[in-house]
Amino acid sequence: MNTNTNRIDKKFQQKLAQGKKALITFVTAGDPDLDTTRRLVVAMEDAGADLVELGVPYSDPIAEGPVIQAANTRALKNDVRIDRLFELVSDLRTNPGKKNTDIPLVFLLYVNCILQYGKAKFLDQCQEKGVDGLIIPDLPYEESEEIAEEARRTGVRLIRLVAPSSAGRIETIASHAQGFLYCVSSLGVTGVRSSFTTDFEEFFGRINRFKTAPSAVGFGISSPEQVRELKRHCDGMIVGSAIVKKIAESGSPDQAIASVGEFVRNLRRALDE
Amino acid sequence: MRINHTKKRGRYGIFGGQYVPETLMNALLELEEAYETYRTDPEFQRELSRLFAEYAGRPSLLYYAEKLTRKLGGAKIYLKREDLNHTGSHKINNVLGQALLAVKMGKKRVIAETGAGQHGVATATAAALFGLECKIFMGREDTERQALNVFRMNLLGATVQAVDSGTATLKDAVNEAMREWTARVNDTFYVLGSVMGPHPYPMMVRDFQSIIGKEVKEQIQLQAGRLPDCLIACVGGGSNAMGLFYPFIEDQEVRMIGVEAAGKGIDTPEHAATITKGSVGVFHGMKSYFLQDDEGQIMPVYSISAGLDYPGIGPEHAWLYDTGRAEYACATDQEAVEAFQLLAVTEGIIPAIESAHAIAHAVKLAPVMSSDQIIVINLSGRGDKDVAQIAEYLEVALNEY
Repeated sequence: MNTNTNRIDKKFQQKLAQGKKALITFVTAGDPDLDTTRRLVVAMEDAGADLVELGVPYSDPIAEGPVIQAANTRALKNDVRIDRLFELVSDLRTNPGKKNTDIPLVFLLYVNCILQYGKAKFLDQCQEKGVDGLIIPDLPYEESEEIAEEARRTGVRLIRLVAPSSAGRIETIASHAQGFLYCVSSLGVTGVRSSFTTDFEEFFGRINRFKTAPSAVGFGISSPEQVRELKRHCDGMIVGSAIVKKIAESGSPDQAIASVGEFVRNLRRALDE
Repeated sequence: MRINHTKKRGRYGIFGGQYVPETLMNALLELEEAYETYRTDPEFQRELSRLFAEYAGRPSLLYYAEKLTRKLGGAKIYLKREDLNHTGSHKINNVLGQALLAVKMGKKRVIAETGAGQHGVATATAAALFGLECKIFMGREDTERQALNVFRMNLLGATVQAVDSGTATLKDAVNEAMREWTARVNDTFYVLGSVMGPHPYPMMVRDFQSIIGKEVKEQIQLQAGRLPDCLIACVGGGSNAMGLFYPFIEDQEVRMIGVEAAGKGIDTPEHAATITKGSVGVFHGMKSYFLQDDEGQIMPVYSISAGLDYPGIGPEHAWLYDTGRAEYACATDQEAVEAFQLLAVTEGIIPAIESAHAIAHAVKLAPVMSSDQIIVINLSGRGDKDVAQIAEYLEVALNEY
């Protein structure tokens, strides 16, 4: 494992050196179609995103709220198979005819997708095609070793999650963080929240004592105002459902790209203020 | 071969585990700890036994079905009458155990998923008894198939939320209950209805349901003077089967057969025969067998029976299958409906359409066994809820009577 070549690590080192925070954006791959997903990744990078999470469509996304559930359903109708997602990533990295990107890319997916594909083969493909990390919402620390082992072998980062309800588990999870530590803002599934009741001072106080990788907060962050409110606690911020909602509300791929681009620019400004 | 059933961290061989979002992990660990305390607490066990006896009507009868035995012309058939329990099925056993545990843990609110409505009704019943707030998740399609059960739950003071996501059936009701639990993990107890989901649920539900097998073991000794040769139970998630099988696991001479729903046939896409046609994967918090495609997407399933209409099976069943200790067969809609009618006319008992799958298998098996052999079938529920649907299946227009 070469820790210096992972794009996630490099990006966070770079942000730290600049005294800035990372902006992490999420889209469901294949919603509305894979070509638009490709254009969205490039557009979000141009608008100031530092890392992109690609949601792998799943039949039963139990950690997702209604917005991303609906995106999963739409994407599955487009026959978005995992090999096509690897092709998408490969195309983003090395297609000579299109604008390429070196932005860190992370798959968010359910563990069954990896197991059915074959965990060794899956991680090999991630490494080969340019997927830098994995977020697996239904793989808690206790069950993670079989995937963590493959992640270590290939240098792909297994992004671990902590939640406000983790309490005493934070120490163990944070001290095994790699890539970045995904800090779930509040109880419940993904999706817009009008306000947060979590005691962030206490939550991030614990996280910061033990973390071995940068922290990024996600779940329910949907506006530049919330970015301003929460950014001081962490090293990065994750915005998902709010972007997916803009895509769903757009009448065409061009409109989706314009609308998401503008939104990401506003988030970027709020984060850099 | 002796099977070691005290696996660490809820594992049954490779099966089981706790594949849930981090937000739920502490709640599961707390539940595990609370259950470990109360499962050996004499006071808790006394209270539960009292509820079983005075509220649920236990022990349920073990009935020698002499007419059916004669009709099939082979092994003697005994029916474990879980249909006579309060609320009409075995579901009450587990629900009383979990609701009592919820109260001990200081929870004021319970949620549950339901397919046919049996587990939802049982949970709503226990919630009423214990004064707990109760919300039931039920697939939109099932609320329509089982409208009467929705009203029963409302009468019992529960809120029923119809689930529109995914295929709008039992698996989606489980998804939605898990999502709700993630949001309300501090004040809410999730009453899972079968021997499935993340540890400790498969173990806990099995323990509460194993009263079925314990009673059978005593009753059959009294009535026949020996152990049965074969146990048969229907399997969706597998709680009534696990409850019957568990106390017999060490009795190697007793065959154990779980019967899955073959729907319109296992060579069609419309079935729910998880072990017969499925493969190993991870879903709903557990590693087990599931009906899934080669990319791990969970497949839509079908059965005439809403209670068996589930794409997975409990992890301990997966283990019993892999080790060869239990066998798994299946019965089609047609076979189940015929068995439903057969039991009604021969014994005057209308079984739940779920339980009719177990009877359908006995119809095949009993004639090839000898008359001094014994089959015990778990009659897991009563069929009142299914009458309208069976009429429709048989193309009988009820309004023409």
